[in-house]
Amino acid sequence: MYELMIIGGGPAGIAAAVYAARKQLKTLLLTVDIGGQINNTWGIENYLGYQFIEGPELINKFQTQMGQFPIDQKIGEKVSQLKKIKKDFEAITEAGNEYQARVVIFTTGKNPRKLGVPGEKELTGRGVTYCAICDGPVFAGQKVAVVGGGNSALEAALDMVKIAEHVDLVSLTKLTGDPVLIGRLSGAKNLNTYIEYQTEEIKGKDLVAGVVIKDIKSGEKKTLKVTGVFIEVGLVPNSSAVKELIKLNKWGEVPVSCACETTMPGLYAAGDVTDVPEKQIIVAAGEGAKAALQANRYLQRLAA
Amino acid sequence: MAEKKVVIYSTPTCPYCKRAKDYLTQKGISYTDYDVAKDRDKAKEMIDKSKQMGVPVIIIDGEVVVGFNQAKLDSLLS
Repeated sequence: MYELMIIGGGPAGIAAAVYAARKQLKTLLLTVDIGGQINNTWGIENYLGYQFIEGPELINKFQTQMGQFPIDQKIGEKVSQLKKIKKDFEAITEAGNEYQARVVIFTTGKNPRKLGVPGEKELTGRGVTYCAICDGPVFAGQKVAVVGGGNSALEAALDMVKIAEHVDLVSLTKLTGDPVLIGRLSGAKNLNTYIEYQTEEIKGKDLVAGVVIKDIKSGEKKTLKVTGVFIEVGLVPNSSAVKELIKLNKWGEVPVSCACETTMPGLYAAGDVTDVPEKQIIVAAGEGAKAALQANRYLQRLAA
Repeated sequence: MAEKKVVIYSTPTCPYCKRAKDYLTQKGISYTDYDVAKDRDKAKEMIDKSKQMGVPVIIIDGEVVVGFNQAKLDSLLS
């Protein structure tokens, strides 16, 4: 039995781990990976202490710092369900392992939203990708589509017009990204933009061969002959493991007080998975630290 | 114990690729790195061997690992 279990090893979880270890709590970090969404981030210019730092380098620094403390880490374990057993908690992972702790800090962050259209799942990794930063260069010289209308989609389109033969940008709504990015795209000669078009299907047998889109006003359908599809339509909270324990808000986030408490005593949450209004690395780190200090106070009250 | 042959297919701006390379270096494992953004032949080779187009692809003595899967890399390197 651990005193504290931290589920999710991004900046919120790692900050919580460091603070918990310094309070000498017997701590377990259960996580799919170290760094979370920072793994999809190349350049960071707003984390204090660094004018510019690459995502992987920042993760290395976090990981090195955490490694100085006696924290048990199980990397590669995905928690499928968190249960309350009397006053304690039990986490069950996809691999079938069970871990118990008196207090839990839930810091599982978010992951890319899927379109949920036919062909998407089958062709992920075969032309469908959610990480333009990672995979963009593989599609150099090809015809690609970018689905989405926010900053991530606009940045993906900007990167791809430089190296792809042609880019089709498909957005369900009018573009919602920064005007600066929309302005930069307007000069591109190898770009078609489809505004208020729904993505209906991704076609292809072993590799992507095309995308079917529909004009939502006229209902007219069109097939774009592309071999790459970059899906950048937002992020969803990884909150399914706690949905039986507490009520999530309408976006699937975990509501927390400013002390990082959820409605269940002993269960704390921090970072992007919560309803904290700003989703930033520096905010997540601060929230993680707060959650650990609060969890420590809770344990002291239990002992008293 | 014979040294393992490790190859990684990567792109310059892929954060997971950098983490995978740092991880291999930390473990003292030497590897050959192919930049599939520059080398179209190696890009095709990666797609043929891993049956998909995402980076990184890490091949350890012929075993293919797609993505920076730390647990799988640990088990193949030990």
